[in-house]
Amino acid sequence: MSTYFLKRILYVVPITLAVSFFCFSLVHLSPGDPMDAVVSADAPREVVAMVERAYGFDRPLPEQFALWVSRALQGDLGLSAANGRAVTAEVFAALKNTLLLALAASLIGFTLGCTFGLLAGYWQGSLLDRLVTGFAVGGVSVPHYWLGMLLVIVFSVELNWLPSSGAGPGSSNDWAFEWAYLRHLILPAVTLSVIPMGVVTRTVRAMVAEILAHEFVEALRAKGLAEKRVFLHVVKNVAPTALAVMGLQLGYLLGGSILVETVFSWPGTGLLLNNAIFQRDLPILQGTILVLALFFVLLNLIVDLAQARLDPRIQRS
Amino acid sequence: MSLTLDTAVSPMAAPPAEPGYWRSVFARLRRDPVAMVAGLILLAIVLMAIFAPWLAPQSPYSTSMLHRLQPIGSPGFPLGSDELGRDVLSRLIHGARLSLLIGVMPVINAFVIGSAIGIVAGFVGGRTNTVIMRVIDVFYAFPAVLLAIALAGALGAGLVNSLFSLTVVFIPPIARVAESVTTQVRSVDYIEAARASGARSLTIIRRHVLGNVLGPIFVYATSLISVSMILASGLSFLGLGARPPMPEWGLMLNTMRDAIYVNPWVTVLPGMMIFTVSICFNMLSDGLRSAMDVKL
Repeated sequence: MSTYFLKRILYVVPITLAVSFFCFSLVHLSPGDPMDAVVSADAPREVVAMVERAYGFDRPLPEQFALWVSRALQGDLGLSAANGRAVTAEVFAALKNTLLLALAASLIGFTLGCTFGLLAGYWQGSLLDRLVTGFAVGGVSVPHYWLGMLLVIVFSVELNWLPSSGAGPGSSNDWAFEWAYLRHLILPAVTLSVIPMGVVTRTVRAMVAEILAHEFVEALRAKGLAEKRVFLHVVKNVAPTALAVMGLQLGYLLGGSILVETVFSWPGTGLLLNNAIFQRDLPILQGTILVLALFFVLLNLIVDLAQARLDPRIQRS
Repeated sequence: MSLTLDTAVSPMAAPPAEPGYWRSVFARLRRDPVAMVAGLILLAIVLMAIFAPWLAPQSPYSTSMLHRLQPIGSPGFPLGSDELGRDVLSRLIHGARLSLLIGVMPVINAFVIGSAIGIVAGFVGGRTNTVIMRVIDVFYAFPAVLLAIALAGALGAGLVNSLFSLTVVFIPPIARVAESVTTQVRSVDYIEAARASGARSLTIIRRHVLGNVLGPIFVYATSLISVSMILASGLSFLGLGARPPMPEWGLMLNTMRDAIYVNPWVTVLPGMMIFTVSICFNMLSDGLRSAMDVKL
C-alpha cells in the first residue's frame, strides 16, 4: 500500500472527530436549555434527572462531548424525545429505505447521464448536443421537490398509473422486491435521479470533448483504427472520473433526498429528519445527521481510493 | 480596433481608447443569445418584484371563502386561487420579492465572507492557510442540503435562521475557490515586485490581488445562486423558512400541496417560478464564465 492510501485513510480520523463535534453541538445551537430539547416538557421528574445524568449536562462541555462520543462508539445515540425509542434503531431502519431510493436514483441517473454525455460529447455542436446540454442544465436547475409534485400530478392524479406516496401497499415501512413495492419506488427514484443525471451528463460531455481533442486520438485514427474502437478508448478514459462523480452524487442524494422523501412520504432518513424537526426531537436530528455525514465521509474515502487505484497519476500528484 | 496604415505611421495620432475589461466582457456576453435571453427574463422578474404592488391585481393576503381553489382562467382569478381563496397570480408576483431575497442573499453574504477567508488564506499561506483550509474541509463532509437542514432544524424555523444556514453552506466552496485563485496569483512576478518595492500586504491585496481574483470568484458565486434559490425555497417548502401567510414560492408550493388532487395545475405554478429563476441564473452564469474566460 502506498503512502497516498495510508494518508487518505488516516485523514478520515480528524474529519470524523470534527463531524461528530458538529453534530454534538447541534443540541447546544438550538435555542433554550438543551434539556428542553431532549426531553418533552411533560416528562416526569425522574426521567428528566435520568436523562440529565446520562447526557451529563451538568458537566463541562469537553467532558460532555467525550461522554457522547464514547456512547456513540458503542452504538448508543440516545433516545428519541418524541417517542422514547432508541435513536440508533430508528435511524438505521430509515437509512435502509433511503439507501434503496438513492441507489435506484443513482442507477437511473448514471446510466442516462453517461449515455447522454457520451453522445453529446462525441457529436459536439450538433443538434443532439444542444438538446442534451439543455436537458442537463434543466436537470441541475430544477427544484426536485417540485418535479416530484409534477410527476405525481401526471402519473397519479391524471393517469392514475402509479401510487403517489409510501414505500409499499398499506402503510408498510419494509420493502420487498415485488411489483407491488416496486411501483412505489418509481416516481421518487426518477425524481431524485434528475440531479445526478444532469451532473454526470455535463461532466462526461466535457471530458469526452477534451479527450477527443488530444493528439493520441488523432494517432489512433491515423493508424487506421475503426471509429468504434476509438470510441472505446474515449470511454476508457472517461470511466474513472464518471464513476467518481457518481460516487459523490450518491452521497449528495443521501442528504438531498429529504425534500423528495417529504413529497412522496417515503419512510427514509429524510422523512425521519423532517418529523424530528417539527417535533423538536433533537436526539433524532443529531443521530440522523451524524450517521448520514459519516456515511458520506466513508463514501468519499471509497471514491478517492477507487479512483487512485484506477488512475495511478493521482497517487503521484 | 482597426489598425490602418495611416494611424500606424503617424506618430502624432492619439492611441484609440482601449475598451475596459468589464466592457469587453459585456460585449462578448451580448453576443451570447442564451445568456442574453436568461438575463432579460431575470431582469423582468426583478422588475416584477420591485413593482409588485402596482402589478398585482389583488392583495396577496385578501382571502375569500367563496372562491377557494379556483382553477386557472376563472373570472377574477387568471391563475386560479389557493386554499384560502387568495389570488395566485398576485401571490406569485409578490412572492418574487421574498423568494429572490432569500435565494440571492446567502450567496452575496457567502461571497463577501468566503472571499475574505479564502484570499487571506491564499495570500498569507503557510500554517495559517493549512489551519483555515482544514476547517473548511470539515464542512465538505456534509452534503449541502443536509448541512442547511441540520442548521436550520437545530436553530428553529424562521427567515433569519434559514438565511444564516444557507450562508454557512456556501462559505466553504467560495472560500476554497478564492484560496486556490489567490495562491496562483500570489506567486506572479508583479506581486514579488510590489513586495520588493516595499508595499505593505494590505496595499498589495487591495491594488494587485483583488482585481485579479474577484472576477473568477464572482463567476463561481453566480453559479451557486441557482442551487441557493432551490435550497432557500426548499427550506420554506419544509416549513423552515418563510412563515404563513407570507407570499413565498416554496411556502406556496407547500400549502397548496394538500389540494393537489382538487386543483393540480394551480399547485405547480410557484415551482415553475423557482425553476425559471434557477435555470436563468445557471445559463447566465455559464455565459458569464465563457465571456470572462474563467476556468475553475
